[in-house]
Amino acid sequence: MNIREERIVSQKKLTEQEYEQLNKKASPNTKSYITIPSAFLIGGFICLIGQALTNFYISLGVVKDEASALTSISLIFLSALLTGLNVYDNIAKVGGAGTLVPITGFANAVVSPALEFKTEGLVLGLGAKMFIIAGPVIVYGTLASVVYGVIYYLIQLFIK
Amino acid sequence: MPNRISQSTILLPSAPSILAYAAVAGKKEGEGPLREEFDLICDDTTFGEKTWEKAEMRMQMDAESRVLKKADLRPSDIDVVFAGDLLNQCISSAYSLRGLQIPYIGLYGACSTMAESLMLSSMFVDAGLANRAMAVTSSHFCTAERQFRFPLEYGGQRTPTAQWTATAAGSLIVGAHGEAPFVRGVCVGKIGDLGIKDLNNMGAAMAPAAADTLQTFLKDTKTSPQDYDRIFTGDLGQVGSDLLYELLSREGIDIKDRHDDCGLLLYDRETQDVHAGGSGCGCSAGVLCSHILKLVKNGTYENVLFMATGALMSPTSVQQGESIPGIAHLVHISRKGE
Repeated sequence: MNIREERIVSQKKLTEQEYEQLNKKASPNTKSYITIPSAFLIGGFICLIGQALTNFYISLGVVKDEASALTSISLIFLSALLTGLNVYDNIAKVGGAGTLVPITGFANAVVSPALEFKTEGLVLGLGAKMFIIAGPVIVYGTLASVVYGVIYYLIQLFIK
Repeated sequence: MPNRISQSTILLPSAPSILAYAAVAGKKEGEGPLREEFDLICDDTTFGEKTWEKAEMRMQMDAESRVLKKADLRPSDIDVVFAGDLLNQCISSAYSLRGLQIPYIGLYGACSTMAESLMLSSMFVDAGLANRAMAVTSSHFCTAERQFRFPLEYGGQRTPTAQWTATAAGSLIVGAHGEAPFVRGVCVGKIGDLGIKDLNNMGAAMAPAAADTLQTFLKDTKTSPQDYDRIFTGDLGQVGSDLLYELLSREGIDIKDRHDDCGLLLYDRETQDVHAGGSGCGCSAGVLCSHILKLVKNGTYENVLFMATGALMSPTSVQQGESIPGIAHLVHISRKGE
């Protein structure tokens, strides 16, 4: 094959951009008309349980701040329990961001690697891998709160 | 002696015979369309073991012992075994073969490993380097998920293009003398990469390599798809299969009427929630060592092409933003020895 022929062959070859176009055409999209409403409903339902728990704790005579803390603790416990019982991931399959965003999603992100990696031992498995998903949330969450704090401080100076 | 007719295609004039084959499947696979065809279905995904890795080793051991039994051979009758799996350092294969004392060559071809091991076994036998060679491979959903993606109980959603790693193992023994099915030729795949970076769309990453290998083999052997009763691809799934048709149609090749994908045969996509189809070494291995070889043996098909595809990335390369290299190895299996 001489050089000219070689060039013709390579011209016929698909570029990455052209292939990406083909790929987009062949790949089905997420059915957002189903996933968004179901995330809304399931996420809303989790919040409803949270509100019911808060009301329940207040009716027992707990102060509102403490009732909120108790609600968080209860939701974390329920999420961890459902994760251990192999139920949470099935709810999340339908719930999507509805189960990810509330505090229950965070609890699931800590409990699921803890369960998964305990076969590698309590220290290097469970202990080390526990925050493999939630770790970044903690790191950048803390960082974001520092930034927020600085901005808040500056605005207060300005307003005074 | 093997007859190399091009850079990639090698014909095997002695037509090594596939003496026996066996497939072991997990619970979900055992509920799929091929449920009647597996040698063993384990309803317990742990295969009675304490860790997922041990479960996969157990599954591979079951596949090895079953195929030896079906061929009525002892481990000492096998001259070489080619084995591989998806796990780091191919531990399922090394550990499952610990007790058998067969000369062992470990392979990593991702989901293409069944075609790779069958190809090498046949070439060894045809070249006279082995009288009998064994090919084994496996994948387990739970070991693959924790290595490549998320913990099992993590509440995440899969995208529509994602594929489901099969829990299955396949094994076969190739011998110099025997009955159909015979291996007539192979085409060693080249790495193909058209820039797909999405770990949840491996079918698209592998389709270019599949198109290239098939096209090369047809050109080298001066045959057309019509010369084969069926063309089976490894695990392109729905997205990858559609892209394969598109890529081949640009070259004027149409295989739609005679193509099946192992990732689509293993599961019922409608009811088993596997999104774009199955994947993993065990997917094409399980389908080849139950469904495909049976259909060639009983005469339903005279000539088939088995082309398993693999996505050769690692979690590290994907996190570093690299695209996914694909590969496809092809094996021509026939009922006729000459």
